[in-house]
Amino acid sequence: MIKLALFILFLPLLSFVLQIFFGRRFEEKKGEWVSVGIQFSTLIMSLVMLVMMLSRSDPDFSLELHQSWLDLGLFKIDLGIYIDNITVIMLNVVAIISALVHLYSTAYMAGDVRYSRYFGFLGIFTFSMNGIVLANSLFMIYIFWELVGLSSYLLIGHWWEKDSAANAGKKAFITNRIGDIGMFTGMLIIATVLGTFNFQLIGERIHDGMWAANAGMLFGGIEPHKLLTIAGVLVFMGAVGKSAQFPLHVWLPDAMEGPTPVSALIHAATMVAAGVYLTVRIFPFLTADAMATIAFIGGFTAIYAATIAITQNDIKKVLAYSTVSQLGYMIMALGTGAYVAGFFHLVTHAMFKGALFLASGSVIHAMHHSLHKLKDHETDPQDMRNMGGLRSKMPITFGVFMVTTAAISGIPLFSGFLSKDAILAGTWAYAANVHDGWLAHLHLAWILPVFGFGAAAITAFYMFRLIFMTFYGEAKKPQIFKHIKESPKAMTVPLVVLAVMSLFIVFTLPSVNPISDHGWFTTVVQAPESAVTTGAAFDLENFEHGLHAAHVPAMVTSIIVAGLGILLAVLVYLLGKISADNLAAKLGALYRGSYNKWYMDEFYINGIIRPFLKGCEALGRFDLDFYDHYLINGWGRNVKRTSKGVGLADDLIVDGAVNFSGIVFQWLGWTLKFIQTGKIQNYLIFVLIGATLLFVVNVF
Amino acid sequence: MENHLLSIVTFLPIFGAVVIALVPREKLNWIRWGAAGITGLQLILAIWILKVFNFSTPDVQLVEHYAWIPDFNIEYFMGLDGLSAPMVLLTALLSFLAVFTSWNIEKAQKGYFALFLLLDAGMMGVFVSLDFFLFYIFWEVMLLPMYFLIGIWGGPQREYAAIKFFLYTLFGSVLLLLGMLALYFIAEPHTFNMLILAEQSSQFGKGMLLGMNAGKVIFMLLFVGFAIKVPIFPFHTWLPLAHVEAPTAISVILAGVLLKMGTYGFLRISFPILKEAAIWFALPLAILGLINVIYGAMAALAQRDLKKMVAYSSVSHMGFVLLGMAALTPAGMSGAVFQMFNHGTISAMLFMLVGVLYDRAHHRDIEGFGGIAKVVPIYAGVTALAFFAGLGLPGFSGFISEALCFIGAFPVFTWITILATLGIVLNAAYFLWAYQRIFMGELNSKYEKLEEINNRELFALIPLAVITFFLGVYPTPMLNLISSSLNQLVEVVKSAGMVAGL
Repeated sequence: MIKLALFILFLPLLSFVLQIFFGRRFEEKKGEWVSVGIQFSTLIMSLVMLVMMLSRSDPDFSLELHQSWLDLGLFKIDLGIYIDNITVIMLNVVAIISALVHLYSTAYMAGDVRYSRYFGFLGIFTFSMNGIVLANSLFMIYIFWELVGLSSYLLIGHWWEKDSAANAGKKAFITNRIGDIGMFTGMLIIATVLGTFNFQLIGERIHDGMWAANAGMLFGGIEPHKLLTIAGVLVFMGAVGKSAQFPLHVWLPDAMEGPTPVSALIHAATMVAAGVYLTVRIFPFLTADAMATIAFIGGFTAIYAATIAITQNDIKKVLAYSTVSQLGYMIMALGTGAYVAGFFHLVTHAMFKGALFLASGSVIHAMHHSLHKLKDHETDPQDMRNMGGLRSKMPITFGVFMVTTAAISGIPLFSGFLSKDAILAGTWAYAANVHDGWLAHLHLAWILPVFGFGAAAITAFYMFRLIFMTFYGEAKKPQIFKHIKESPKAMTVPLVVLAVMSLFIVFTLPSVNPISDHGWFTTVVQAPESAVTTGAAFDLENFEHGLHAAHVPAMVTSIIVAGLGILLAVLVYLLGKISADNLAAKLGALYRGSYNKWYMDEFYINGIIRPFLKGCEALGRFDLDFYDHYLINGWGRNVKRTSKGVGLADDLIVDGAVNFSGIVFQWLGWTLKFIQTGKIQNYLIFVLIGATLLFVVNVF
Repeated sequence: MENHLLSIVTFLPIFGAVVIALVPREKLNWIRWGAAGITGLQLILAIWILKVFNFSTPDVQLVEHYAWIPDFNIEYFMGLDGLSAPMVLLTALLSFLAVFTSWNIEKAQKGYFALFLLLDAGMMGVFVSLDFFLFYIFWEVMLLPMYFLIGIWGGPQREYAAIKFFLYTLFGSVLLLLGMLALYFIAEPHTFNMLILAEQSSQFGKGMLLGMNAGKVIFMLLFVGFAIKVPIFPFHTWLPLAHVEAPTAISVILAGVLLKMGTYGFLRISFPILKEAAIWFALPLAILGLINVIYGAMAALAQRDLKKMVAYSSVSHMGFVLLGMAALTPAGMSGAVFQMFNHGTISAMLFMLVGVLYDRAHHRDIEGFGGIAKVVPIYAGVTALAFFAGLGLPGFSGFISEALCFIGAFPVFTWITILATLGIVLNAAYFLWAYQRIFMGELNSKYEKLEEINNRELFALIPLAVITFFLGVYPTPMLNLISSSLNQLVEVVKSAGMVAGL
């Protein structure tokens, strides 16, 4: 098992190395198939692990491999691999999407300027993503966390000749790093208090009371339970960045500048779900307060992003905001304690959202080729206002779109229905279970199900809006429509596979009840026990009871709200009973706010980034002009001035004194020379006078 | 020969300088290859030293100890431990590679390489001396060649930069000298031997000087001397200027080796000899480290001159070193020394890359390029690697040392460390922003025929890239080398009291 995991981890890295160093030479000789082959072989290995897990059918299964990595004698960090059922399922998600995206890209990216490099970057991405999945410690997750950030940067900026792509890559990396410093600080707290980064050890040591004993050493004796809440929320900050939660969500829609298969792999199915995966991993040591914070961030993101998706016209932007919204769902689920539901939605979402992106890529590909034939470089191939009626020309793509839209909208028989329903039931049970604390006031916790059901209605609406605008109605640009063709097999096969993976039965076998999530998934994935002993932990048992009670009402409500959303979309975009333009005009400011993404980017740019850069420039000028040139060089100038003064004084006084004494002695010499006559008689007279003087002095 | 390895590795470049001085100036290739040969031999010796070095003991090894001026108890005392060993390797490595970066120096090559070798000897001597007097002599020996190397072979403002560098450093040297003499006269019997001075540590803590605690006064004198080299805010303004004006190879040496002497001085002299004062000054030192991190990064973000940006990034990166060592914890201390080594290799790469671009475009204005990755893909790739190493991406050595500094400092200086993590974001911001402006976007038509990086330049860069990557994945060899000596240092200093945290 460990060996398989190591192969799955490192083979994609091999693909990266081969493509980067030798890829260009083999571009003509179909060198990309090496990467595709490698990816499919890791898929097979992942499936083997999946089969092993299913035959074991043990929810508590786990395996760990330690490797000492960094040892300072008094301090050390181990790396290692941790495998449990969550890991195995996640490895399969990554392997399936990655393999299909590799296959898809051979057609989609054909003839690209940096074709082999593209496959290399897909390789390093898959490697880093598997690293996150297999990591057994926060430190190791952090390492691969940054590396997926790197591959995301490289792939978003794949077409860096475009400023927008270059900007989007940079924005993604930096925004993520803001979340990462929170995560890193949380890690520092945990490592300081518990002396380890290892997930299992963290859980054990908190459980054994080490947290309660040691936490006081930080922040001047902080209360342990509070510190655990802070640490949990801080680590979760990493997930806020990577999973594009409010307020760090702004990078993900821009990331659509990358090639569409990349959007499917990284920015829909896997990397953005890494934040959810991290939250799953730290779930056992989240306090009730930390979970409430997480739930509200997720819930708000879910509805916030959904309101933006309604008004976007770029097909990928709609899907991008939809992704942000769905990630919010998963995060909210984990925050409310619906652990299984949150992770379940991660998996089902990966399949249907991966398919949606690849299908939109298929549409864009067709549009692109048509525009290419028309030599039209002006029209935007991603704008839905240029599409319409594509259903007849692209039947496979259309079929896949229908299936996966049904899944994301939460229509029974499809996977999304089960997972979304579980989440909504979770928020319902959570709200019903809150009896004390700040959440009980004004029944605040009921906001979460309201967010959840509201987002469900909006999701159904905007997804069907997308379908109707793209595939139904008249072709809005008949010229373009004429040249539209269905995409090649390399693209449609992955689409169909993922569409099949969006059926409910894939996740419920051996059970075949379309309205119950009971099946292999819920057998192998079960919520872990909380390790929190410092104070109020989340009451999982009570919650599970509530979940049962909430199941049916939540399901009925969710079907109703989804139906309403679809109905509205039908009325507006299919039948034209209600004019979208009139609606927009009536809603006025609300419409503009949604269309402009509630002005978050403008706020960041004008409110934070510009002033900060101005501050940096001012500091740069201060450093050079004032501090260095004025103050430091001022020292030099003053020393010079003083020296001049000293020099003058030296000339006048010291040297003057010396010269004066010279003059005095010169004068003396000149005067005295007159007595040096050279006549012996004169000298004898002087001797006589002197002797007389001495005699007189001595006697008296 | 093994008994005299340290002397040989130190004086070999001086011998080389003399030989080069005797070569006729027309024989340009003899001069260059002579310098390459000498520094290459020095590098081999440095590696040999590491081979005979015993990693498991914190004690000083390869000792050479003779009386030198017995009347004043001045000794010729050299030795190596886990603190100096990485620095010796770094000095030898960067000196060797810098010779290739100096290949195209245009005037007075003979003088250049002779002075360069003299500089090399001075640096090496600083790192192996265990007698303060000897240390001080090497410290000063370095100064003069550096002055001429900047002042003669530098850029347009070279004379101003050289004088500024010289005065700044000389000012520090004077204070260093005073501190050294104070130590000498307080110690009984009078000595410059660093190990004996460290043993007498308590005397300095007790004695009085100028009506104040002698230890603290001496610590501050040494502090200014060392702080100028690091450079620590507010003693940093010589650095951007000197780095920008110096020829590429000298910038490499400045950033790669010279800055480390400051922090090396703290760890070799101030910390073990003036324990109480070191603990007293730990908090201010950590705050200064934080200022370095943020101030340097913000100033880097404001620069349009690529070389200046890299220079300010050094200020920021050295801040991590200060933060790590101020905490006086095993992780922080080893992290600081590891960061010293890593900053040496990474900033050397960065300066070499700036030099490559400058040699071709004859300017360094970040805004003046655009899209050149299209014409120079290999150069763009290597630069991307160096930039990502610079911004502390995991997989490169800088990440580990920065992380260790943070981990070590956090329990002691919690708030300071939290604020310093902002540096992680800012570092990413200026590197990525600069990269985008130079390499991405539409190709600037002026640079359609920009020449790709050549093999000689790659030869100097690749070893550094390999080391940065190797130590990023497998840091154990370097940390083994460092940790036992530094753990002992932590223990020694900590024996004098507790650090006041924040």
